[in-house]
Amino acid sequence: MALVAALCRLLAERVSMVVVTNDIFTTEDAEALRRMAVLADDRIVAVETGACPHTAIRDDISANLDALEQLEAAHPGVELSLLESGGDNLTAIFSRALVDQQVFVIDVAGGDKVPRKGGPGVTTADLLVINKTDLAPLVHADLSVMDRDARARRGELPIAFTSLVQPDGATAVAEWVLARLAAWR
Amino acid sequence: MATGMNAALLLLADGRFPSGGHAHSAGAEPAVGVGDINDQASLREFVLGRLQTNGLVDAAFAAAVCARCAGDGIVPWSQLEAEYLARTGSPRLRTASRTLGRQLLRGGQRAFPSARAEEAVAALGTSIPQPIVMGIIAAAAGCAAAEAALCELHHLVGSLTSAGVRLLGLDPFEIAAFGAALVPELERLAALAATTADVDPAELPADVALLNDVLAEHHSTWEVRLFAS
Repeated sequence: MALVAALCRLLAERVSMVVVTNDIFTTEDAEALRRMAVLADDRIVAVETGACPHTAIRDDISANLDALEQLEAAHPGVELSLLESGGDNLTAIFSRALVDQQVFVIDVAGGDKVPRKGGPGVTTADLLVINKTDLAPLVHADLSVMDRDARARRGELPIAFTSLVQPDGATAVAEWVLARLAAWR
Repeated sequence: MATGMNAALLLLADGRFPSGGHAHSAGAEPAVGVGDINDQASLREFVLGRLQTNGLVDAAFAAAVCARCAGDGIVPWSQLEAEYLARTGSPRLRTASRTLGRQLLRGGQRAFPSARAEEAVAALGTSIPQPIVMGIIAAAAGCAAAEAALCELHHLVGSLTSAGVRLLGLDPFEIAAFGAALVPELERLAALAATTADVDPAELPADVALLNDVLAEHHSTWEVRLFAS
């Protein structure tokens, strides 16, 4: 969610954006984004997932497609739709029928073993973001181990190390998004 | 069918058929919230009550639409929708039903495309109440009116009981056994729903449980919900 907020701050003035959030507890993330005022309220929609966001982004994407279509109909000319889902699950992956590009975010505080564990998000996401690098010393995580293991899992696919508490923390991700957008056009 | 079995019906009845239903508790979450459901026994009573009220109404609409779609006549789309909405007092439930209908239409039209579905969308748009969409898709899948009704009842039981498992940690084997015990009741209600498949839409069953509407409105005010409805 922090990454979505940061991307909105960096990109909303340059491209027409909308956001769909998937939350275990209904609308919490969408309301947080609205409070931060990173986008107009009517450009943010929460999909309610019945306690199971992984189902809503992978197995039964009906509600998310529905939300995206309604947002894109209400805002003609949308160039970038961000679809966010949280939940700390290495097995989570977005359906290719729902998203064109997938960013998988893992947390340094979860331990430097996470890239080695793999899973479809770590292995196949179009961009792997390893966030909260500022916490590495506090949790005794070795970023070079994470980098090495992530590269072993992902081959040539890109990896970004971020610390979103820094003002420009999401710049690398924003640049990747813009490059994907340019390539799509 | 030589076997007497209908694989298309199994597909429509499968909770994995993508139609967004997994995010809805069919009213179980608000009932848990006010203490009407707190264990297996109270869930059982709640399910039995809902089956005979809103369950039968939804099943009757699914059956009526299925029978009309399978026939050659003109389907009175606007009247069917108006009659269904007249039985759905809560604005929140109307929205939920339209959302679920739109989502079922997406997957259903892809799996079982039909001219009747296109006709319904031309008349009503895509946000059609869910039982009407169930009737359309069931007919396109070759199901009989009673099978459309049975599918509707089956999903009601599934939504209520799986919400019980998620919200209260109820024993899933007990839930499965309860589902098995309900088989005669579901078959009885599906047959009953099919008996009104040909009546004027105004004459379709209307025995809704009003508390369901009240609780749905109450649920919409909660700050923290697991389910959309």
